[in-house]
Amino acid sequence: MTRKQKRFTVIFGALALLGVAVALVLTALSDQVTFFRTPTELLAAPEENSGRIRLGGLVEMGSVTNAESSGVQFAVEDANDRILVRYSGILPDLFREGQGVVAEGQLQQDGTFLADTVLAKHDETYMPKEVADRLKEQGYWQGDEVSATQ
Amino acid sequence: MIVELGHYALVLALMLAVLQTVIPFVGVKTGNARQIAMAPNIAFAVFAALAFAFTVLTWAYVSSDFSLLNVVENSHSQKPLLFKITGVWGNHEGSMLLWVLILALFGAMVALFGSNLPPSLRAMVISVQGLIAMAFTGFILFTSNPFARLSPAPLEGNDLNPILQDVGLAIHPPLLYLGYVGFSISFSFAIAALIEGRIDAAWARWVRPWTLAAWIFLTAGIAMGSYWAYYELGWGGWWFWDPVENASFMPWLAGTALLHSALVMEKREALKVWTILLAILAFSLSLLGTFLVRSGVLTSVHAFASDPTRGVVILAILVFFIGGALFLFALRSSSLGNGGMFHPISREGGLLLNNLVLTTATATVFVGTLYPLLVEAVTGEKISVGAPYFDATFVPLMIPLLLAVPFGPLLAWKRGDLFGAAQRLYVFAGIALLAGLATVYFATGAPVLAAVGIAIGFWLLFGAFAEVWQKSGLPKAGMTKAIYRLRGLPRSVWGTAFAHAGLGVITLGIVSVTAFQEEMVLRMAPGDTTELAGYAVTYEGAQSRRGPNYTEDVATFQVSQDSDPVATITPAKRLYTARGMPTTEAGIHTTGFSQIYIALGDPVEGTDQIVVRLWWKPQVTLIWFGPVLMVIGGLFSLSDRRLRIGAPVPSAKRRQTLAAAE
Repeated sequence: MTRKQKRFTVIFGALALLGVAVALVLTALSDQVTFFRTPTELLAAPEENSGRIRLGGLVEMGSVTNAESSGVQFAVEDANDRILVRYSGILPDLFREGQGVVAEGQLQQDGTFLADTVLAKHDETYMPKEVADRLKEQGYWQGDEVSATQ
Repeated sequence: MIVELGHYALVLALMLAVLQTVIPFVGVKTGNARQIAMAPNIAFAVFAALAFAFTVLTWAYVSSDFSLLNVVENSHSQKPLLFKITGVWGNHEGSMLLWVLILALFGAMVALFGSNLPPSLRAMVISVQGLIAMAFTGFILFTSNPFARLSPAPLEGNDLNPILQDVGLAIHPPLLYLGYVGFSISFSFAIAALIEGRIDAAWARWVRPWTLAAWIFLTAGIAMGSYWAYYELGWGGWWFWDPVENASFMPWLAGTALLHSALVMEKREALKVWTILLAILAFSLSLLGTFLVRSGVLTSVHAFASDPTRGVVILAILVFFIGGALFLFALRSSSLGNGGMFHPISREGGLLLNNLVLTTATATVFVGTLYPLLVEAVTGEKISVGAPYFDATFVPLMIPLLLAVPFGPLLAWKRGDLFGAAQRLYVFAGIALLAGLATVYFATGAPVLAAVGIAIGFWLLFGAFAEVWQKSGLPKAGMTKAIYRLRGLPRSVWGTAFAHAGLGVITLGIVSVTAFQEEMVLRMAPGDTTELAGYAVTYEGAQSRRGPNYTEDVATFQVSQDSDPVATITPAKRLYTARGMPTTEAGIHTTGFSQIYIALGDPVEGTDQIVVRLWWKPQVTLIWFGPVLMVIGGLFSLSDRRLRIGAPVPSAKRRQTLAAAE
């Protein structure tokens, strides 16, 4: 192999690898991305949001019930609307009525939301950022500006 | 009073860091030997000042000095002593102070152990370190001062976030920071080389131990954090591809690539420019990690409340260092000269493949982590990129590399013999294939991918020792001769073997848990028994207990197999009284490499039932046992003779001839 051929092999290999990586990334980004929706947005266009969704809002007061044999049910609300969420797992420690929550899963035919993950936070003063932003846009929740403790 | 001294020491450290930046730099530029010689002493002084400030803060925590805002917010007089101390870095201000303290420590270590470096290079490295220390000490003083006073002082503090009151979290941040900040040394060496416009094999040899040490700490830190999240959060997950986790994983990937490319440079003086770029990249990603964690711009499951204005300042520091370094790189890298070329099938070629794959993989993680930020900035749409993205990009990219790893060490420098290497590896390939087939056979209905994964794991594990096996001359050479030969092997050969084997062990653990884990969520009343992976698990009841700063409900589960008792597992739900914050303490029983993992949910109202989540985690501990092997490999490599010698010194004989010639 001449010097030129060696260099060509290396550059060709690198470009091929890069090409594969770009292809993988683009495919993954087109179908593995989860959109964030509030109840209002989700119910306004259920067909467009039939894939995996992160549903965010406040847990409605008094809505948490042990519905199924091992599951819980609670409603997520924003300024205009609410959605019933079903979840069969253990709720995170900091899950509270009247506080922000993000549930990940899919909207079902019957209009309920089946969650496989309910996001927990490490900090009791923490409000999920996306939830806080959207609810403030709606003027529904002002929030105390998160204190500068950590 | 003593707190004011600590505050003063911090201000002093900032002033000294300015001197550390300016004096050695000017000294090198003007050729002033006295100024160059001052560099190490200033580095020691900066370290001493920061160490004093840190000690004072620790003292304030231990003595529960509630006139300090930082102590009030993160401590409590009833907290156990250990957590009073670890509480120092369990918050933003304290952890940033730890960050610069470690930075100054590394600067002082270069000053201490760098006596075999050319004085101008050492001075330049110390100067760049000083610049970083200056930026971050300034950041602490002006935006997040841990010594801010509170008047009047409250009688009691708010306590530390309970999930941080854990031994795992006591060690995790310091380890991680030692890793992150350790890469600052390779960065400073790279900048110094660019400024001086000179780089050679000796440079790579000097940088290697620092990179290696940083890599060891980062490996241990990431593994520790993963295990902490696994047992403390009660979700039974060990990696979430969460932005905060990715933030520590990207520097690790880049650092691993740097370790391998520095090898090529040291042995063959090739890949010079590339190695410099990787050194810049590894530390840049560390800075990015600090920014992502500290600014809270990304939604993370590990997120804590954060203050956006600080994020802006860190971002400015980030842009200055990364942008400055890349600018300097663009300007000066051509002056470093081209390295040697090599045949694609060779040791260099193998290491280059490692580098290409690792940097590409880093890039995919980078894209996945920051894409949500980009989308939100452009369209306002909030999205999240989770595990499915990384499974679809990172994993397929890594598989070819995992397959190639055992070949690498068997290829010769310059020009390797792929066929010869394959001949020496077919036995190990056979073992791997058998393991894969056994998986399919024993675990009926096992997915094909799981069998492939197990085969790859064994291929890596055994293939890692192919070089050692070959050099021992076994089975022909006989035992005594083989042992003699093995003892004579350079330590770095063992280092490579252990680190690569660790990769295999991690692969085995990940595949096993992903494919074969069993999970169930159910309601149990006292006396109920359930079946989990061949074990009978009986819930016996719960009782309340008091801890030092919490109360807890502890549930007792009896585990038995064929009616023989195996273990008692006691998961708990705790309520930390100071903050009124509940936490879940998972109950874990380890048998072999596998674990039974039980987490408690809430009691079902109106009954004596409780929601229980049980997991069978087959071979899960391998995921953290692998990094332990990697760390051992790193330590072997670090103790290699050639690193302790440092710069290549002509042999005694040659020195004599040189002296005679003069």
